[in-house]
Amino acid sequence: MNTWIAIGATALGCYAVKLAGLMVPAGALERPLVRRLAALLPVALLAALTAQQTFADGRALVLDARAAGLAAAAVALVLRAPFLLVVATAVLVTAGVRAIAG
Amino acid sequence: MTSAGSGLTLLQTCALSLLVFTGASQFALVGALAAGGNPLTAAAGAFFLGVRNAFYGLRLSQLLALPRAVRPFAAQWVIDETTAVALAQPTRRSARIGFAVTGLSLYLLWNLTTLLGALGAEAIGDTEAWGLDAAGPAVFLALLAPMLKTTTERAVAALAVVLGLGLLPVLPAGVPVLVAALAAPAVLWAQGRRRGGTRTHDGVQDTHPDAYAQDTPEEDR
Repeated sequence: MNTWIAIGATALGCYAVKLAGLMVPAGALERPLVRRLAALLPVALLAALTAQQTFADGRALVLDARAAGLAAAAVALVLRAPFLLVVATAVLVTAGVRAIAG
Repeated sequence: MTSAGSGLTLLQTCALSLLVFTGASQFALVGALAAGGNPLTAAAGAFFLGVRNAFYGLRLSQLLALPRAVRPFAAQWVIDETTAVALAQPTRRSARIGFAVTGLSLYLLWNLTTLLGALGAEAIGDTEAWGLDAAGPAVFLALLAPMLKTTTERAVAALAVVLGLGLLPVLPAGVPVLVAALAAPAVLWAQGRRRGGTRTHDGVQDTHPDAYAQDTPEEDR
């Protein structure tokens, strides 16, 4: 039962914050500062998430095969590789480095 | 998969994916419950991880210009991936399509894999051996790259990386990413300050970031 309470609370809370962002009235978003901020927030969040998913192991920072994979993906991006190729590069290089190292 | 291994029933595992649909929050909740945490504390942690979706919604509502009646339905799909795909689109039409297609396919896939995972938790084996854990950040990187057009965006991204990684060991899960979001106002503020500083000779010393924002060309798509 306790688990259901936790699931229910999480579902409600997570849905509420998603909806809250969408329901902010358009008028409030017309201000130039708000526009610029709203455009930059996803940049900050995605950058932080990318870094965490690359270097975090739980709450510790680690440098492992994922970093090599992401570096390869970055090179692929600079070379203007298509999206799927970029992702495939990261996966293959990560797996390759793991195979060699482990 | 994770949740089936931590004492949740099949129904609970699937309900979690269907109702919460925010990967990070789900993992956090399951992890906290598995560790024997209080259900409400666990839910609070999961909630923190979900707060960033509100910031995404802020941007998406401008971009997609959804009718009010559609918003409650679209809201469930406001997550990292759909935002990133929608923001990468050149027009409002393609942004809407990108959001809907990403939302629908992820929602179906996520719930399907949850069900399969819960049914045969051990069958799939170690995804790490295949390097699949690098796919997530690579997707984010590929979607982020086109957004880094000017020094402003690059500065925000760099500061966010530093904050997100630097605070990871010291703050509870989910909070470092929220703090990293402060990179956006911080960079805007610093720019406004610098502009304000250069203008002191003609008597305008406006350190408010608005000073910068107001004479920046609109970048609405």
